[in-house]
Amino acid sequence: MTNPLLGGAKRRGVWFEYACLLATWSALFFLAVLLLVILWQGTSHLSWEFLTSFDDRITPEKAGMLAGLWGSFWLMILTILFAVPVGVGAAIYLEEYSADSRLARIIQVNLSNLAGVPSIVYGILGLTVFVRTFGIFSKGALVERLVGHHVEGLYFAFGLHIPLPLKTTVISGALTLSLLVLPVIIVATQEALRSVPPSIRHASLALGATRWQTIWRQVLPASLPGIITGIILSLSRAIGETAPLIMVGAATFLRATPGDIETPAQMLTNPQGVMNAPFDEYTAMPIMVYNWAKQAQRAYQDIASAGIIVLVVVLLAMNGLAIFIRNRSQQHLRW
Amino acid sequence: MEKLPTTSESIPTDGLFRRSSWSRFVESQIQNVMLLCASLSILTTVGIVFVLLNESVYNVTGGTAFFQEISPWKFLTGTKWHWDSGDFGVWPLLTSTLQVALIGGLVSIPLGLASAVYLSEYATPRTRRIIKPTLELLAGIPTVVYGYFALIFITPYVLRPLFGLVGLEVGVFNGLSAGIVVGIMIIPMVASLSEDAIRAVPQSLREAAYALGSNRFDVSARVVVPAAFSGIMAACLLAISRAIGETMAVVIAGGQNTSGLSVNPLREVFTMTSYIVNVSSSDVEAGSLEYKSLYAVALTLFCMTLTMNILSQWIMRRFRETYQ
Repeated sequence: MTNPLLGGAKRRGVWFEYACLLATWSALFFLAVLLLVILWQGTSHLSWEFLTSFDDRITPEKAGMLAGLWGSFWLMILTILFAVPVGVGAAIYLEEYSADSRLARIIQVNLSNLAGVPSIVYGILGLTVFVRTFGIFSKGALVERLVGHHVEGLYFAFGLHIPLPLKTTVISGALTLSLLVLPVIIVATQEALRSVPPSIRHASLALGATRWQTIWRQVLPASLPGIITGIILSLSRAIGETAPLIMVGAATFLRATPGDIETPAQMLTNPQGVMNAPFDEYTAMPIMVYNWAKQAQRAYQDIASAGIIVLVVVLLAMNGLAIFIRNRSQQHLRW
Repeated sequence: MEKLPTTSESIPTDGLFRRSSWSRFVESQIQNVMLLCASLSILTTVGIVFVLLNESVYNVTGGTAFFQEISPWKFLTGTKWHWDSGDFGVWPLLTSTLQVALIGGLVSIPLGLASAVYLSEYATPRTRRIIKPTLELLAGIPTVVYGYFALIFITPYVLRPLFGLVGLEVGVFNGLSAGIVVGIMIIPMVASLSEDAIRAVPQSLREAAYALGSNRFDVSARVVVPAAFSGIMAACLLAISRAIGETMAVVIAGGQNTSGLSVNPLREVFTMTSYIVNVSSSDVEAGSLEYKSLYAVALTLFCMTLTMNILSQWIMRRFRETYQ
């Protein structure tokens, strides 16, 4: 060192680099500790019985996650049905139809604000609109005065009964989660659509295809991997959501699955159950974890760890699938 | 459409005449359906605002709203929250919420910012490719897991021994453990938003600083971070807003302190979000004052987070440094 000042500066630089490195690693260290502690506590309770039996209030050793697994499954299926068409449609409108119009700008700003709304507020929205529908179906309220008699729901053929208001059914939960993930799906789809080069659209339009034909036959297929990745990632967020589901009345203790479908095979053999499942009571994996975690008994807290392992494995599988699809599509597509 | 002249009959021409009035109609209807989908996001916002205002400020669907029974002044200035005696002062909830958010910010902002600086300025591309997705995993873990972890690990095995050294007692449920996990779960958010801001600083600025003889520390801490300051500020605001709205970790690890105003992070807290969860999971009758208080609290929460989000967007726009 010829200049003594440089020595100090150098030391400070090294310190700073180590501090930044330490910060990054401390976050990763925390993640590792979290996963290890949960694995440590939960693995002994993991078994096939844990996945195939119902919750138990008296003997924690017998408690299982079956109701939560099926509840989360139905929530996800219905959320896909509601949120994906609407989310993709909205993104198509914003990217392909509205050429930077005033309305599109308003929607765009609105989307970024919606993404910042706490999930519990969505829960309150769901509680008021879907579960209770402002109480207009209750005795002596608006609907009864308009229709002339008390309305309990809509009855359809094959014994399909849709309760009104939707009450604390799977469909209320799924609609709430749909509203929650909609901004995420829209933004992810927009990005996927934007990655399709304009020349593809120009070529298609120049060949005489209409706007919709261009979107349906060229833009959507080309951006599909990106869209699917975005959808899976947003669902992996939805599957861990707890607060909004508590608000819309997911049961904390339930010894039944939606539509009484307890094995995948029953999806085929019990069509009536499949039809009734969306309008049945439910619980979900994170709700069961929450319920176990707040029990005073230590044994239940260990069960919560086992529940978390199942939940995290499902999450990792979803994330892995999303990464797989993304990597695969990057190999195949070349413009 | 007029029939276009064709030179040869062998050329398939049906493509040219496809735009009949029917398919034009279908095209326009498809566009309308897409517009409808897009407007659903606006409808959601309108729905949230309507629901919150309807039950808390002025009720239009039958019944009275919360602020028609409890004066908003009492709500906003009261320091007691006892629904059974009719005391609805929001300050105990507010101080708990801010306490958790502050601890969360103190954890997440330095760590997140330092990670962002490390990832963008120091890490090799290969390290970055591995560390970044791993860091994102922190954001993907459900919040209920964080709450559980704070309750069974952080409080008994980290905070208790630590504060035991100085003779302080830590409650089973405490604001500090909740704040710490909230902070950790938003590290990825601070890191990735700050990193975006840092990456937006043009390379020429760094090169100029190096050319003038600066070392990496000078470049990062004195050139890049100040240049990205607006983006970093916006990231911090968004992080605090997330921490304010965070629910499950606080519900599980923070407990529900009903004793009134408390600023001790080693004791139980009772945030706005955990109040909402507690009321909705107890058997409260729809239409009762307690039920309606839930909407008033949610409205306060919504206003706070919305203000911070808008503020952060404004800072991004207003103070963005533009470079050629």
